[in-house]
Amino acid sequence: MSTTEDLYAGASDTTEGRVFTVTGQDWDQISEGLADDGHERVVVNMGPQHPSTHGVLRLILELEGETVTEARCGIGYLHTGIEKNMEFRSWVQGVTFCTRMDYLSPFHNELTYCLGVERLLDIEDDVPEKARVMRVLLSELNRISSHLVAIATGGMEIGALTVMTIGFRERELVLDLFELITGLRMNHAFIRPGGVAQDLPPGALDEIRGFIALMKKRLPEYAALCNANPIFKARLEGVGHLDLEGCLALGLTGPVLRSTGYPWDLRKTQPYSGYEEYEFDVQTWDTADSYGRFRIRLNEMWESLRIVEQAANRLASLEGAPVMVADKKVAWPSQLAIGSDGMGNSLDHIRHIMGESMEALIHHFKLVTEGFRVPAGQAYVPVESPRGELGAHVVSDGGTRPFRAHFRDPSFTNLQATSVMSEGGMVADVIVAIASIDPVMGGVDR
Amino acid sequence: MSEDQKDVLPEPKGPEQRAEDASPENSPATLDPTVPAVGVRRGMFGVSGTGDTSGYGGLVQPVVFPGVATRPFEGWHEDVAAALDTALAGGGVEHAVESVVIHRGEITFHVRRDDLPVVARLLRDDPALRFEMCLGVSGVHYPDDVGRELHAVYHLLSMTHNRRIRLEVTAPDADPRIPSIVATYPTNDWHERETYDMFGLVFEGHPALTRVLMPDDWPGHPQRKDYPLGGIPVEYKGGSIPPPDQRRSYN
Repeated sequence: MSTTEDLYAGASDTTEGRVFTVTGQDWDQISEGLADDGHERVVVNMGPQHPSTHGVLRLILELEGETVTEARCGIGYLHTGIEKNMEFRSWVQGVTFCTRMDYLSPFHNELTYCLGVERLLDIEDDVPEKARVMRVLLSELNRISSHLVAIATGGMEIGALTVMTIGFRERELVLDLFELITGLRMNHAFIRPGGVAQDLPPGALDEIRGFIALMKKRLPEYAALCNANPIFKARLEGVGHLDLEGCLALGLTGPVLRSTGYPWDLRKTQPYSGYEEYEFDVQTWDTADSYGRFRIRLNEMWESLRIVEQAANRLASLEGAPVMVADKKVAWPSQLAIGSDGMGNSLDHIRHIMGESMEALIHHFKLVTEGFRVPAGQAYVPVESPRGELGAHVVSDGGTRPFRAHFRDPSFTNLQATSVMSEGGMVADVIVAIASIDPVMGGVDR
Repeated sequence: MSEDQKDVLPEPKGPEQRAEDASPENSPATLDPTVPAVGVRRGMFGVSGTGDTSGYGGLVQPVVFPGVATRPFEGWHEDVAAALDTALAGGGVEHAVESVVIHRGEITFHVRRDDLPVVARLLRDDPALRFEMCLGVSGVHYPDDVGRELHAVYHLLSMTHNRRIRLEVTAPDADPRIPSIVATYPTNDWHERETYDMFGLVFEGHPALTRVLMPDDWPGHPQRKDYPLGGIPVEYKGGSIPPPDQRRSYN
């Protein structure tokens, strides 16, 4: 054993035993070193910087040979204090923060927060139809892009690189749609209390229809590549098993819960934003393992496509309809438009407040700097995010800022199942089990 | 103004009120004495002293949360409350629920903290209640709610009956202890650790109450209202913008 050549990779003796720092391709050093000690129990720190742990997740695995005897998660490496920061911004600015939490499903973060604020404002029924349809459209497009990443990274982690490349190829198409509609590929802050920030741009519906047609050709590729692939099935089937009792006790929701055969989907059971008006089926599987979760995600993308199609048809008949509540004390005063210097407040609005109406200028200034007041109380309106129940506990003390906003993130809760899913299995199956949970560390750590 | 002029000036008094402004419906509503205020809000624009030219500087408003609901409640809220009453009487903790608040269609049971584990177990297991799923705990810090500064808020979901309720438990800052319900809802393991981490609420009976998001040796509990946000001023083109918690706030 050499400890002198590489300062950061090598072995050292501590009071806890011998510590190795592995950097790859050097497993033989460890096995040699362990042979000196004459026992097989190893504690492996996997992460927080590791390509197959979905971001900065740290796993502490106790191994006997290649069998995992104990698995624990270390989280918090991506804690950015988003909830605390939201207490120092106006209610509308809060959207800009919470969209960054679970960065693979930004629209769901925004939606649950805005639904909570709208409930406190008591304007739930006043949100215009077009805004509700656009929220559904964006949520379902987002579900597709999020499931694509789940399948892509899950495939990459077991060596199926083609699944990764085609998954990100299709996700790019969704991100292009997001960019067209909201102006941004991620962190949109597009869903606002009272509606959405902006109307659909011209040509968006054609692009969406083109995307649907293309996805109907591309989605079968995933099924053809994976569904019956013997290597893929061998790696996923029976791995990460968790039954219904386990899911309920540990609070797991989303594809993991539905892989036990229980059709619990908030879009059906507790519809929000008008989901009861769309035709779609809740996807379940009965194996309660990683393979079932993969198939559920695949099938849910088809269902999301169905919803997107229906939403697009409804939007076609809603041209020119308002996308914000009529209450001028809540609605953002201006609309965005493309000017000579890029995206900004529409010139009509600027002309109105600068040239025509002093009251409009005051009103704009008050709403933008001070913001609106939200009646005191608390609300919790969860939504079905791609990973399960995502809810915002929104508390107002009657002021212009959230008194407290707490997000019940499904990744955070579902990650608790890591130990029950992987203890007693092989170390390689830990990766598969975690990939089937699909945790997003931005949401876990917030 | 000369001395003799001052003598002839009338006594200063407020402007004459128009009749409609003096009518009862245009005067501020008097506070229902049964609703406790959890603090006061002063002024309007976050400025105090001589800098305040708005005229709102002397404004003092109580911060009041939705008041207590009275029986019978409407719809399934009454079913849950009645079933819970029966279950509590059977469990020997009749007075576990201090009050019930119904606001915007959401029902909140304020539970005495010592009875929380019993109440949680009854809510999960009683066939008429069956709240199988706990969506974690969210802490809220009300520094002005004297004697009950720290609130722990639990959201429960009954998949059997498709209902949601909320439990709220309080603890004073001086004695921040709340019994853990991990034995009933194992999912609350990390949630209670997070609330401990962020608020310093000690969940008694938790199997391993350690920090979960902040580093183990972190001083303080960041989500408490007395914990500063932090931040440094940002300079841009000669101007300096203070950090968010030091900017003007509209309270």
